[in-house]
Amino acid sequence: MNRGYRKYILEEKFPLFWCPGCGNGIIIAALARALDKRGVSPNEIVTTTGIGCFGKADDYLATNSIHGTHGRALAFASGVKGANPDLTVLALMGDGDCATIGGNHFLHAARRNIGVTAIVSNNLNYGMTGGQYSATTPAGVVTSTSVYGNPEEGFDLCDVAIAAGASLVARSTVYHVGVLDRVLDEALKNPGFSLVEVMSSCPVHYGRRNRMPSAVDMMNHWKRSGMPESRFRDLPADEKEGRFPIGVLHRTDREDFSSRYASIQEEAGGVRR
Amino acid sequence: MSERRSFIQGNEAILEGALAAGARYFAGYPITPSSEIAERAARRLPAVGGVYMQMEDELASMAAIVGASLAGVKSFTATSGPGLSLMMENLGVAIMAEVPCVIVDVQRSGPSTGLATKPAQADVMMARWGPHGDHSAIVLAPSSVQECFDLTIRAFDIAEELRHPVLVLSDAIVGHMREDVLFGVPGEVTPVTRRDPGVTPSEYVMHSDGPDGLPVPLPPFGSDYIVRANSSAHDETGYPSADPATAAANIRRLHDKVEGSVDRITDYEYIGSDAPDLVLLAYGATARTAEQIAIDGVRGGEVALVKLRSLWPFPEELIRRVVGSAPVVVPEMNLGQLVREVERTLGPDYPCYAFNRSDGQPIEPDELRSFIEEVVL
Repeated sequence: MNRGYRKYILEEKFPLFWCPGCGNGIIIAALARALDKRGVSPNEIVTTTGIGCFGKADDYLATNSIHGTHGRALAFASGVKGANPDLTVLALMGDGDCATIGGNHFLHAARRNIGVTAIVSNNLNYGMTGGQYSATTPAGVVTSTSVYGNPEEGFDLCDVAIAAGASLVARSTVYHVGVLDRVLDEALKNPGFSLVEVMSSCPVHYGRRNRMPSAVDMMNHWKRSGMPESRFRDLPADEKEGRFPIGVLHRTDREDFSSRYASIQEEAGGVRR
Repeated sequence: MSERRSFIQGNEAILEGALAAGARYFAGYPITPSSEIAERAARRLPAVGGVYMQMEDELASMAAIVGASLAGVKSFTATSGPGLSLMMENLGVAIMAEVPCVIVDVQRSGPSTGLATKPAQADVMMARWGPHGDHSAIVLAPSSVQECFDLTIRAFDIAEELRHPVLVLSDAIVGHMREDVLFGVPGEVTPVTRRDPGVTPSEYVMHSDGPDGLPVPLPPFGSDYIVRANSSAHDETGYPSADPATAAANIRRLHDKVEGSVDRITDYEYIGSDAPDLVLLAYGATARTAEQIAIDGVRGGEVALVKLRSLWPFPEELIRRVVGSAPVVVPEMNLGQLVREVERTLGPDYPCYAFNRSDGQPIEPDELRSFIEEVVL
């Protein structure tokens, strides 16, 4: 087995801080494999994070990093990429970070089509603070702040990204690791803004309150829920409930921010990078 | 080559100062009375290979300039009070992670939307204490178009030397007035540039001090060095640490690096009598009113003006030295902010007077003169 991915991971910082059954470690490993496949070295990569469980992801990565504030990872990332388009810039966020408090930055990073790879570990709740509902928690679901069932509808983050203008939008789950590896590779190749949403397990908070108390329960849930878009499309409407498509869901060749800005620099008489 | 000279706005001079300092990245969100800085940045930056990014809000603007600075590009933003409120969160990141950058606040009347967009000087304490937690602040305050240019260059230099965000606290009067400004002889403006760390990547410790007592140089993202900028409590390498002793040492070091640099940062001008019967302490647009009084004089005594061009860290020793034992008057377009520091510095028994106006209007020389002649002298 190729062990090249290990150079992206700070193994000396193990064990992982996350709870048993958490999906975040699976995402980190998949990301490291994808970076290794692209052959980019750790010093050429900038990982930006916010706050939350997946906001601690940079603790285990050997890359440059900005561990910033809650919801702002994409704003820090936009500054890094805007100033130096040669860097590989990642924004690792949870659903609270990206879809909820950071929703505005998410919309505009996608609209700007800036060359940042956003990887969202979507465990459908705020794990770090004890399992409250977020902007992706489905309606009716029980969390520590929706004990009678969530009165709000959750976002479909991929739909939001597509509407906002992201040039590559993909989804997988922590069960579908083969798909995850593939879509991360596609995202890292995309010069514009990419979203990889990874449906992730939180048995301790989310699962426990919603009849999936073990890691295996949650894995079975993702196994049952995620399917290729072609299969999902052909499902009868009543069977689509609770299921979702995985893989690359959207791709355009819209020019990325940095390429457009290089043209502006040229037009203004400045030096083109 | 002769000096370049121009008749421009204070806001425009700030942009020219930033360019002269080597800044090549601006992220911002339009807000009156600062928008001319963004507009000129949008036009001028791409022409010199720089980047203007118009962000979705001021939270993002502040985050983006931190990111750009870490990518190795001197960066800045400009806003007014409502925007500065939103920047506080990520201003804290710049302090905590020791990231140089410059924030311009062209003050307007508040609180909240206030008398949009009349002038005020009521962000003095927000500039000092805005971000939560223990921290220091570096704040410069121009009172003329020339000072807008000069102090912006100075702000970038201090930011680089101390690896700390620096605020340029202007106001709607200084920002919008037009005056003659000298840009200096091209080539003779020598801004502080990022240096090589001088150690190997494996030896590099991001949050440590060099032989000169200043923070070690910050290598850009993408170099051979790994840089970990961390908003969380961290050890010297930038790796998170919850150890109380480590946290205490970090907070103390960040604090001391600024407070211990008060002599390096302090900037002022002394105008008027050498043996004054009264000392005016003023900054920003109000310093222009005070300057008129220092020039014209008052009935009943000699007057001097100490025009403060830096507000934080507060220059306590300077204040004690220059006032002698003369009464002090601190005029401000707020309900009394910097005067609290002056009172604290000089003690409760010292004759210290506040003259305040908080109605979106400048303090006029006549009203300040009347106050001095009728109340103080």
